Amino acid sequence: MVALTPISRKPVRFYVPTVALAGAFAGLLVGTANGSGLLGAVIGAVLLAVLAYVVTHFIDNEKPVRWAFVILFGIAGAALAGVSGAIIGLAFGWFFGWFTYWLYEGRYRARLAPYLTPGQVLWHFAFRVLVGAILIFLITPILVVMPLSFNAENFFTFTPEMLRFDPEGYSLKHYRDFFSSDDWQQALRNSLLIAPVATLLAVSFGTLAAIGLSSEHVPFRRAIMAILISPMIVPLIISAAGMYFFYSRIGLQGTYLGVVLAHAALGIPFVIITVTATLVGFDRSLTRAAASMGANPVTTFFRVQMPLILPGVISGGLFAFITSFDEVVVVLFVGSAGQKTLPWQMFTGLREQISPTILAVATILVAVSICLLTVVELLRRRSERLRGMSPG
Amino acid sequence: MSDLKSTGPQTADAPTPEDALHEVAGLEEKNGKSGGPVLAADGTPLKHSLARALRLQKLRALGLIAPLLIFVLVAFIAPIADMLFRAVENQIVSNTLPRTVQALGAWDEDASEVPPEEVYEALYYDFFIAAEARRHTRLGQRLNYENAGMSSLFRGSGRDVDDFREADVEAIQDLDDKWEDPAFWTAMMAGQGGEALIEDRRAAFMALADLDERGVFGDLQCAVSGLFGGACDPAPEDIALNFSISSEIIDLLPLTAMAYADFGVFTVLEDGDVVTEEEPWEAVLVALASDLRALTPEDLAAYEGAARDDLIAAKAAVDQIDPESFAALFTAADEDWGTRSPWLTIATYAPDYTSGYFLNAVDMQKGLDGPEARPENQQIYMMLFQRTLFMSLVITGSCILLGYPVAWLLANLPMRTANLLMILVLLPFWTSLLVRTSAWKVMLQQQGVINDTLVWLGLVDDASRLVMINNQFGTIVAMTHILLPFMILPLYSVMQTIPPSYLRAAKSLGATNWTAFWRVYFPQSVPGIGAGSILVFILSIGYYITPEIVGGTTGTFISNRIAYHISSSLNWGLAAALGSILLAVVLILYWAYDKIVGIDNVKLGG
Repeated sequence: MVALTPISRKPVRFYVPTVALAGAFAGLLVGTANGSGLLGAVIGAVLLAVLAYVVTHFIDNEKPVRWAFVILFGIAGAALAGVSGAIIGLAFGWFFGWFTYWLYEGRYRARLAPYLTPGQVLWHFAFRVLVGAILIFLITPILVVMPLSFNAENFFTFTPEMLRFDPEGYSLKHYRDFFSSDDWQQALRNSLLIAPVATLLAVSFGTLAAIGLSSEHVPFRRAIMAILISPMIVPLIISAAGMYFFYSRIGLQGTYLGVVLAHAALGIPFVIITVTATLVGFDRSLTRAAASMGANPVTTFFRVQMPLILPGVISGGLFAFITSFDEVVVVLFVGSAGQKTLPWQMFTGLREQISPTILAVATILVAVSICLLTVVELLRRRSERLRGMSPG
Repeated sequence: MSDLKSTGPQTADAPTPEDALHEVAGLEEKNGKSGGPVLAADGTPLKHSLARALRLQKLRALGLIAPLLIFVLVAFIAPIADMLFRAVENQIVSNTLPRTVQALGAWDEDASEVPPEEVYEALYYDFFIAAEARRHTRLGQRLNYENAGMSSLFRGSGRDVDDFREADVEAIQDLDDKWEDPAFWTAMMAGQGGEALIEDRRAAFMALADLDERGVFGDLQCAVSGLFGGACDPAPEDIALNFSISSEIIDLLPLTAMAYADFGVFTVLEDGDVVTEEEPWEAVLVALASDLRALTPEDLAAYEGAARDDLIAAKAAVDQIDPESFAALFTAADEDWGTRSPWLTIATYAPDYTSGYFLNAVDMQKGLDGPEARPENQQIYMMLFQRTLFMSLVITGSCILLGYPVAWLLANLPMRTANLLMILVLLPFWTSLLVRTSAWKVMLQQQGVINDTLVWLGLVDDASRLVMINNQFGTIVAMTHILLPFMILPLYSVMQTIPPSYLRAAKSLGATNWTAFWRVYFPQSVPGIGAGSILVFILSIGYYITPEIVGGTTGTFISNRIAYHISSSLNWGLAAALGSILLAVVLILYWAYDKIVGIDNVKLGG
């Protein structure tokens, strides 16, 4: 974004107190960890105020000063709390170096409309900090799980060794557990046996139905749509209860087929929704053109329609796959010990014998979902390009 | 980011037969009476051939939808219907105690404290076969949900019922060894005329033991598995029983014939034995003694069938015994049988369909004069429903509070930055539910990351770590996190359509920041709030996994109770009733969602 407002250096009475305030806050954190919060806050405020005044008044060159900040704080951190302290110190140093000049040079104003009052500027940044905190809330649990899965101990929390970045505190032990334990491997195998078959069922039936639904003359379209989408709306526990009762009546409870059917039913709404969405932009004259040139309906479908709606079909399939792969409530009721899937094994693990192997599995699953997310996103862009819409 | 949404049928492109049909109608009107109908190339009226084309298209579309529709109906809708059915079905009482239920029909609850002797007698025969088939405990368990103590009453009496009227049994058996000889019994009973009775008892036993008739569908399945070399057991309704009862015996000894038929059916279907090789059980002898006592010597003298002399001798023997009444015998086995309470329960739950489970699900029970409230200490379900609704509201509220600023920022940032930040929203959305739940367990527990950080910072004393898990707080935090993307995504897609210039226009006309937001921006974002809230609310009231893991006892939802009744307490009827109520709530909300947003506009993946 281009600069909206010409920037100018700010007076001392503005930036020195602000930097001191930030310093007091940082000092409070360091201080409470080391015994006295109040003392830490005072030291932090005074130190940062003096530093900010000195660097802006007596030194003219920005770059070396910011490097000096990083190194200075890094050394201080190392003196206080070893390797982890040094890393925190480096981060603090970088931040305060940047923060001091950001305020001093008035850079914070550059991208804002010139007519904003100081209060509005403050609100603008406070709002961003707030949203940042919410986004961190969204992402932290995942960020915490990943490092913890490399824990060398059987704890669910960071050990002192881990905080000291001692290599002894880290190991691949839980990953080894996962790959060598029969229970987990069996669960992985079951998941990989169930999810693709359920996906295949959902995608093949779902695509056909979506094509039917998108034609102009479907009687009872709304009612049919409501029925087909209902597995997504009905709470899982109710689906699970109903399926448990009904499948045990007809002898499907506790069988592989039963779980596959149940998961396929749960995945169908996602296929329907994504494929009908892709069909919105599909030009029907293409099929007519194909037919007029002598192609039969099957050829038309596979050679003309299918290639164009393929991105939608694949992303619907991915949704169906992840639904089945992540699903635990229904399989818990419809399946038996022979169909124990990965999420089921995790669920038992969380409820009964808590083992950090779960965290290793969780990390692997996060990696898998990142891959799937990327694929879906790429497909979506490709689909929009094909349909002549702009990406984004 | 994306709008993977479906809209209605497309109308924008090439003309369809329907359009042509309108066109033709217009054309014919214009031509008036002068010209005839417009004809197609093959000479048929164009209107007809267009209508045929339209019909064909409709059929083709339905043909494409049909496989999936049938699949969803069988794999998903049928189970839901079955659950609704289970919530009112109550055939277990009349299946297990058919004769007792019938006899109880004549009992006038106001006239006598306990039912008459005939009811106890019917109970004896029902109970005997139920105990042999070990089905009485199941019924006891079922009735125990309504009246605590029924389970132990049934279990205890099941053990004693074998020994009722032992004197009769011994008197007959001491008379002659013949009475213990299976072949003698078969010979005495054998004859024509009892087929209806035997089939009747077979049907009763199949109901008792939950043996389903195979029917056409089952036969087909059997034939298919036969093709692949699979064996198929004969259907219970087709197995040959290989014993018979004569009409003379039925006339002379009705109870004995019935008890013997019960015994024969049980021997063949349950034990897989041959009737001619098994000694009849005690109930047959007890029935024989009752029958003989009721006969006059003349009746017996007039009988000319097999074992006439043995029957006369047996009558002489049992006439010397003064039989204990069944009422006294049951009361001796368990004194509760002499009281009103179990009988009222049986009589109340005797019909094949009951509202009992639904009443139970709203903390009521069936009383003598219609529904009444349960005792205070047994009322938990209304509290659970209230808690579920309350916590879902809190979760929805916190999702709005946290989701609104994020969606606003995302909608107002340049596209490139917004897409980058959107990854932070989509990543948790795509991460396995269990991963997120386990992450919260790791974060919130007392030795967990948050507590450790707080202790390290000195904000919390090591000895008084915060309890943030296994309570409502844990459930709310974890579920808010899990459902937040479902709020942000619809909000974002609505906010994207609000032009930022409106806010600037409001400000340029002198509105303060707050007024501009509250009077101009917020009303336009309300549809997004509505869509997101209903979505989050629907999802949260049915949640099971997260409350189960981080909810402890105070943070659980109604769904956890449903799961408990299915897998632990085995009260399936109550689970089904609770599920039906929850389903009704969700469907109402779903309907509202459809009205406000439209099912067709459900969005996925951002």
